[in-house]
Amino acid sequence: MSSPASTPSRRRGKRGRGSNPPTPQDARSPPSQKRRTDDSTGDLQPMPTSPPADVQSPGAADALFSSPPQFRHSAIPLDFDISSPLTYGTPSSRVEGTPRSGVRGTPVRQRPDLGSVRKARQVDLHSDGLAEDIVATEQSLGQRLVIWGTDVNVASCKEKFQRFLQRFIDPLDKEDEDIGLDLNEPRYMQRLQEINMVGEPFLNVNCDHLRSFDENLYRQLICYPQEVIPTFDMAANELFFDRYPDSILEHQIQVRPYNALKTRNMRNLNPEDIDQLITISGMVIRSSQLIPEMQEAFFRCQVCAFTTRVEIDRGRIAEPSVCKNCNTTHSMALIHNRSMFSDKQMIKLQESPEDMPAGQTPHTVALFAHNDLVDKVQPGDRVNVTGIYRAVPIRVNPRVSSVNSVYKTHIDVIHYRKTDSKRLHCVDEETEQKRFTEERVEMLKELSKKADIYERLALALAPSIYEHEDIKKGILLQLFGGSRKDFTHTGRGNFRAEINILLCGDPGTSKSQLLQYVYNLVPRGQYTSGKGSSAVGLTAYVMKDPETRQLVLQTGALVLSDNGICCIDEFDKMNESTRSVLHEVMEQQTLSIAKAGIICQLNARASILAAANPIESQWNPKKTTIENIQLPHTLLSRFDLIFLMLDPRDEAYDRRLARHLVSLYYQTEEKLEEEYMDMAVLRDYIAYARSYVNPRLGEEASQALIEAYVDMRKIGSGRGMVSAYPRQLESLIRLAEAHAKVRFSEKVETIDVEEAKRLHREALKQSATDPRTGIVDISILTTGMSATARKRKEELAQALRKLIQSKGKTPSLKYQQLLDDLRAQSETAITKEMFEEALRALADEDFLTVTGKTVRLL
Amino acid sequence: MPCVGDWLNSPLSIVQGIFAQNVPNSDWEKKVTEFFKEKLKENNATNWVPSLNDVPVHYLKPNSLVKFRCMVQDMFDPEFYMGVYETVDPNTNARVLRFGKYRDVAECGPQQEIDLNSSQTVTSERQTFYCVPVPGESAWVKEISFFASQARVSPSTSYTPSRHKRSYEEDEDMDLHPSKQKEQHMGKSCCWLQILCFSGSDIHGCVEPKRLETEASAGHHVISPNCSPPLDLNFPLPGEKGPACLVKVYENWESFKVNDVLEVFGVLSVDPVLSIVNSEERDSSTLDPVECMDTAEEQRVHSPPASLVPRIHVILAQKLQHINPLLPACLNEEESKTCEFVSNFMSELSPVRAELLGFLTHALLGDSLAAEYLILHLISTVYARRDVLPLGKFTINLSGCPRSGAFTEHLYRLIQQLVPASYHLRMSIESMNHSRFIPHKDYTANRLVSGLLQLASNTSLVIDETQLEQGQLDTAGVRNVTALGNLITWQKVDYDFNYHRMEFPCNINVLITSEGRSLLPSDCQVHLQPQIIPPNMEEYMSSLLTAVLPSVLNKFRIYLSLLRLLDYSISDEVTKAVEEDFVEMRKNNPESVTADDLHRMLLVARFLSLSAGQTTLSRERWLRAKQLEALRKARLQQQQSVNGNEL
Repeated sequence: MSSPASTPSRRRGKRGRGSNPPTPQDARSPPSQKRRTDDSTGDLQPMPTSPPADVQSPGAADALFSSPPQFRHSAIPLDFDISSPLTYGTPSSRVEGTPRSGVRGTPVRQRPDLGSVRKARQVDLHSDGLAEDIVATEQSLGQRLVIWGTDVNVASCKEKFQRFLQRFIDPLDKEDEDIGLDLNEPRYMQRLQEINMVGEPFLNVNCDHLRSFDENLYRQLICYPQEVIPTFDMAANELFFDRYPDSILEHQIQVRPYNALKTRNMRNLNPEDIDQLITISGMVIRSSQLIPEMQEAFFRCQVCAFTTRVEIDRGRIAEPSVCKNCNTTHSMALIHNRSMFSDKQMIKLQESPEDMPAGQTPHTVALFAHNDLVDKVQPGDRVNVTGIYRAVPIRVNPRVSSVNSVYKTHIDVIHYRKTDSKRLHCVDEETEQKRFTEERVEMLKELSKKADIYERLALALAPSIYEHEDIKKGILLQLFGGSRKDFTHTGRGNFRAEINILLCGDPGTSKSQLLQYVYNLVPRGQYTSGKGSSAVGLTAYVMKDPETRQLVLQTGALVLSDNGICCIDEFDKMNESTRSVLHEVMEQQTLSIAKAGIICQLNARASILAAANPIESQWNPKKTTIENIQLPHTLLSRFDLIFLMLDPRDEAYDRRLARHLVSLYYQTEEKLEEEYMDMAVLRDYIAYARSYVNPRLGEEASQALIEAYVDMRKIGSGRGMVSAYPRQLESLIRLAEAHAKVRFSEKVETIDVEEAKRLHREALKQSATDPRTGIVDISILTTGMSATARKRKEELAQALRKLIQSKGKTPSLKYQQLLDDLRAQSETAITKEMFEEALRALADEDFLTVTGKTVRLL
Repeated sequence: MPCVGDWLNSPLSIVQGIFAQNVPNSDWEKKVTEFFKEKLKENNATNWVPSLNDVPVHYLKPNSLVKFRCMVQDMFDPEFYMGVYETVDPNTNARVLRFGKYRDVAECGPQQEIDLNSSQTVTSERQTFYCVPVPGESAWVKEISFFASQARVSPSTSYTPSRHKRSYEEDEDMDLHPSKQKEQHMGKSCCWLQILCFSGSDIHGCVEPKRLETEASAGHHVISPNCSPPLDLNFPLPGEKGPACLVKVYENWESFKVNDVLEVFGVLSVDPVLSIVNSEERDSSTLDPVECMDTAEEQRVHSPPASLVPRIHVILAQKLQHINPLLPACLNEEESKTCEFVSNFMSELSPVRAELLGFLTHALLGDSLAAEYLILHLISTVYARRDVLPLGKFTINLSGCPRSGAFTEHLYRLIQQLVPASYHLRMSIESMNHSRFIPHKDYTANRLVSGLLQLASNTSLVIDETQLEQGQLDTAGVRNVTALGNLITWQKVDYDFNYHRMEFPCNINVLITSEGRSLLPSDCQVHLQPQIIPPNMEEYMSSLLTAVLPSVLNKFRIYLSLLRLLDYSISDEVTKAVEEDFVEMRKNNPESVTADDLHRMLLVARFLSLSAGQTTLSRERWLRAKQLEALRKARLQQQQSVNGNEL
C-alpha cells in the first residue's frame, strides 16, 4: 500500500538503492491512501468478490498501491466520512437501508501508528519530473511489481500472509496462553472467529510464528513494516469478510504483529533499526495527556458554502487561501466539528533494570501510542513494546540556515504486551525463553549432567563466605524452590512451593553477607532490615495521589519479591505487628489488604530468607533456639529450615579460616574469578531450572518420603513427644523437589529424598536439639515454651535444690520419695514431667545425677 | 599539513582536511583520532590545550580544542545525528559533502540548503554525558594544574591571566567575545544568561579569577521576567562552582560509567544557535503539542543554553586513575618516564613517611597512634570486590575528639591540603533531615538529580559527628543515615530510580570524628588521646600548616596518591605464619579474636606495608600490625572502663 512515501531517503542510502529521488507522492500520508485505496477498489471491483489473491490482476494492484494523483480526486465519494467513527452524528441514520457489513461497509480506521513517518519525509519538490519515470518503471515491471524502495510484492505478500493465517498451526503451542483454542486447528483462523464473535477488530500476530512459517515474509515485515503491515491488514480483512460476510465491526481489522526478534534491549538500538519493526522491553516512566491530533481538516467557504478537506502534511494543515468554487480569497473557515482527529499519547519508556550494565544510568526512549493504544499503560508498568523505530530531523528553522544535526527518535507503538500483569498468574515464559540462547541452554544442560553439580553450585554460592556448606546448600535449594501444586479443586488451595529459611547465630558470622549475596543474585529479590521496616513497608499501603485524588495501591517488599526472595535482616528486631503480617505470607502466600476502601488479596509468593541474632547477643548453648531468639513458635514452624551459624571454636577450622582470609587480601580480582563458577552462570542455571524444570514425585521417592516421615514421628513417640508434623513432611517434599530441580530432573527420586532428609536433619540437629536432653525435639519449634513456663521450671529447680540441701549430706535419694516431698512442700500441683525437668536442670548444673530410681548428689 | 596553532585553534579545519582527503572511505574518523593522539603525545602538548577547569568559558574560542577534567554525573540517551550530509545550492545545484561529527549544528554555507534526502547521508550515533568538575576537588589541585597549563595557554585564547577586576562596561564592550555578534540577533531570550554570567564574573573576578563564573544558580535571582527559574547545574555537593558540560562521546562510550573521572580533549561548542532552536521549540510547543515530545523541564535539562553549559565534542577521552596533578596522569609500568618517577620517589619514601607522621601527630594534638592509623586510612582504597564484600576499605572512627575550638574543622582543613578531593559532612539533625544524600531520578526532567553521596573514587569524606545534637530524625533523615551506613559497610550507594533502586559501587574513604563511639558503623575505632590542648586551636593549626614547606607538602600529596595505586601480595610463608598466629590467639581466648579481628589485622598489615613502600607482607610488619591493634584495643578498653557503661 503506501508507496514511496514510506521510505525515507536515509534508508535508501544505507541500502544502496539511492538513485531514485522521492516523488510527489511522498507528500501524501499513508492513512489517507489507505482509505482512498479501499474506496477505489470499491469502485473498481468490490473486495469481497475479488478473485483469489494469486490471480489478482497486476493492474488492480497497480491501482491499489501506486494510485496516481489524478485518480484520487475522482475517487473520493462525497459521503465518505459517513461511516467514520469520528464523524459527528449517528452513522446508521445516514447509511442507506442496509446494515453495515463486509469490507465495503466497514469503515477503515486510520493507522497513525504506521503513518506518522510522513513528518520525517522531506519532499523534494524540484524533482517532479522524475516522478513520472517511477510510475512508468513500475508499470513496465508488470508482473514483478514491488513497492517502491522495497522488495515487497504486494500480491504475493498478501497471498503468503493469507496462507499463513489459514494454515499456521503452532507446533510448540503453550496451553496456558491461549485458553479455549484448539491446538490442532489453524491458530489464526480461530482468532478471526473470535474477532467475529467478540467484535474487537485487532488481530495480534506473533512474529515468531510468522518466522517459523515463512522466513522471507518475516524478514520483509521486519524491514518494511510500513508497507507490509497494511498489506497484512488487507489480507486479513479479505479473509475475514470472505468467511463472515455479515459480520459487523467497528472498523476494519488491524493486524498487530508482536514479538519481533529484532531487538530486545534498548541499549542495542542503533541507526540501522530506523524504520524497522522492533520489540523492546522496558518500564513506563511517564505518559502524557491525550493529544488530539488532527488528521484531516474540514474547511467551508463562508461565501458559497463549498466544502473541502485538507489532510495533515508533515504536521501542518495548509489552509486553502482561495475557494475553488467561487474564487473568493480567504473565505475558507475551519469547521472543527467536521474535522477528523485521532488520539495520540506520548510515553517515555525506560530500560528495565535487569538490562542495564552496572554503573550506567538507564536509557529512555519516547513512544507514540495512537487510538486504541492510548492509556493502555501506566507509569511503572513493565511492557514489551513492538513498534516502528523512527528518527525525525529536528524541524528546519526557516530563519537560520544551519540545522541542528541531531535527529529525534521515537517508536510508533503497534503492540503492547505487559510483562508484569502476566506475572500475576504464571511465570512469563515468553521473556524467559528469549533470555537463553541455544548454546547457553546446551551449556547449562551439560553442567547439570555433572555428578557433583549440587556441591559445585553450593560452592559457587557466596564464595567469600567461608564454609557453612549445609547452609549454602539450604539456600541453594531455596533458590530453586519446589514445584507449585494446585489443590484448589479439592479445597486446599495452592500448596506453597517456596522454601523459607531462617539463619540465626552469633553476630559477625556473615549472616548479613549471605543475605546481601542472595539479594544480589536473584532478579526479584528484596532486602529489608527488620529494624527499619514497618508492616506497611513490607506489605502494601494505599496512597492518595495528590494530583488526581485517586487512591493508589503501593506495594511493599513482600509483594515486590513475588516469585523472588525477600531477605529480612535483623528478623528478631522486627516489631510484633510487622511480624504478624508474615504469618499469612509464609503459609498462604498471599497478602490481604483492607484499607481506605480497598479490599484485596495480593499474591506474595516470596521465599523468605531471614537472619536473626540471639537475644543475649551471644548464642547461649544452654538454651533452645526458641529461647535464644525469642520468636513466636507459630512463625518459626513456618520456616522449612532453621540453621544456626555459630562460631565453631576449633583449631583446624581456625586455620582454614585464616588461610581463606589471607588469600582475600592479596589475590587480584581476576584470580578470584577463575576459581569459582561465574555468578552469571549460576543465575542463569537457577533461572532456567525455575522456569523449565517441574519435577513430580516418583513412586519410589513417595515411598521414601513416607518412611522418612514415619521415622520422624517414631523418634518422638517413644517419649510421648511429637517430633514431626505434616508441615515437616511438606518441607521434605519441597526440599526433595528442589534438589531434583538442581539436577534438571523431571522426576523426584530417592537420592533427592535422601538429601532432603539429610539437610532437614542437619538443620533440626542444629536448631531443634534440646540442649538439656540432647535429643532432637521438634516440639521446641512447633510449640515452643512460654517464658512463664520456663520461669516456673527455674523456680521449681531451685526449690528442689533447697529441698535436697535441707536434707543434709545424703549421697543418694529415692526418686519417688523426693517427688512426694516436693509435692508436699509446694502450693501448686507438680506433675512428674515437671519434676523430671527440674531434676534435669539440676543435673545440667552438675549438682546431681539421676540413675534409674535413685538420685545421687555430686 | 596544518601547523601547530591550527590544531589547537581550529581543530575542525583539520578534521575537514582529513575528511576531504578520505571521503569515500569511512576510515577518515579513525585518521582524525590518530592525528590528534599523535599531536597530544608530543612533549607537554597536553599543557598547551586550554582547560575548561581553569579558563572561563567565555574566554575560550568556540570550536577550539579544549580539555576538561570532570566526573560523569549523568548519562543521557544516545543521539542520532547526521554523520555525513550533503548541502545543495538551489541556484547552481552545486552539491557539497560535509561531516556532522564534532558539531552540534549541521552547517551549510550561505545560499545553501541541506539535502535531507541525499543518498550520501550517513546517520551515526553518539552518546551525551552530563559532566561536572570532580566534586570536592581541593583548591591545591586546581591551583597546580592551573599553573601547569597557564604557562602556555595564551596563544590559544584571548584570555590573559592578568587579574584585574573587570567592570560591566568592559564586558559589554567586549567585541572579542566571539559569539557575541551572533547573540545579538537572538534577542532577549539569552540576555539574562549573559547577565547571569557577568554578574558572576564580577563576584569572582577579584577573588578567584581562574574559576568559571557560571555558578550553580542558588544565589542568583537576577532574572528577566520572561524566563523560568535558573537552571540547577546539578552538582553533587552544595556550593560547588565550575562549568558543567555536555560531553558528546563518539567512541567506546560503553566503557565509561557514572562517577568515572575523565579527562577529555575535544572541540568546544558554544554555538548560540543551540539555544535558539530550543527556545523556538518551547514557544511553538503550545501551538503544536505533537512536536513536543519532551516536557519543558526535560528540554531545559537536556539542552541548556550553551553559554551556561557548553558542549564538548570529544576527540580523545581517558579515564583518570587519580586527579593529583603532581603525578603522571597515567601510571602504567611500560613508560620509562613514570617508572623513573616512581622509583625516584620510592627511594626517599621513608623520610617522607616520617615527616608526614610527625605532621599528622601534631595535627592530632600529639597522638602518634592516631596519626599512624590516619596514614593507613588515607592510603586505603577498595582494591577488589569479592561478590558483595568490598576489600580494602578502612573506615576509621576517630572518637574522643574535643568539641572545643573547632578541632574537627581544622583537622579537615589539613586533610584537604593532603588529598585531591574531599568533603566535610557536618552531621546535624537539620542537615540529615534536609539534605539530599542519595541521587534520585527525576522523571519529569529525565535526569539523575545528584546527591551528596555521588562522589568520585577515592574522595575523602570526613563526617563530623561532634556537632550532632539530640533530636528527631524524619523519614528522609533515617534514609540518609542508612545510606551512610551502607556506604561505609558495602561501599555502595543505592540510587533511587523511583520504581526501583539501583546499586552503584563506590570507593570513598570515610573518616568519622566523634566524641563517643559513632552511631555509624566503622572498620576500626581509634580513641584520640590528646597530649596537648592548645589554647588557641586556630592559631595552632594554621601555624602547623605554614611550618610545612610547600615542597614537603607536595611530597605528602604524592606519597598519599601514589601508594594507593601499588600492588600487594602475601607470600606462602607469611600466610603460614599468620595462620599459626591466628590459631594461637584463638587457643588462648576464642572470645577475644574473631574473624573480624583477623580481617582488620590483615588490613592494617596491608596498609602498613604499603605505607613503607613494601609490596609484600613481611613477618615484622605483621607483628607491628598486631602491636598497633593491641595498642588501639587497650586504649579502647581503658576508655570503656573510664566511662563505665559507654561502649
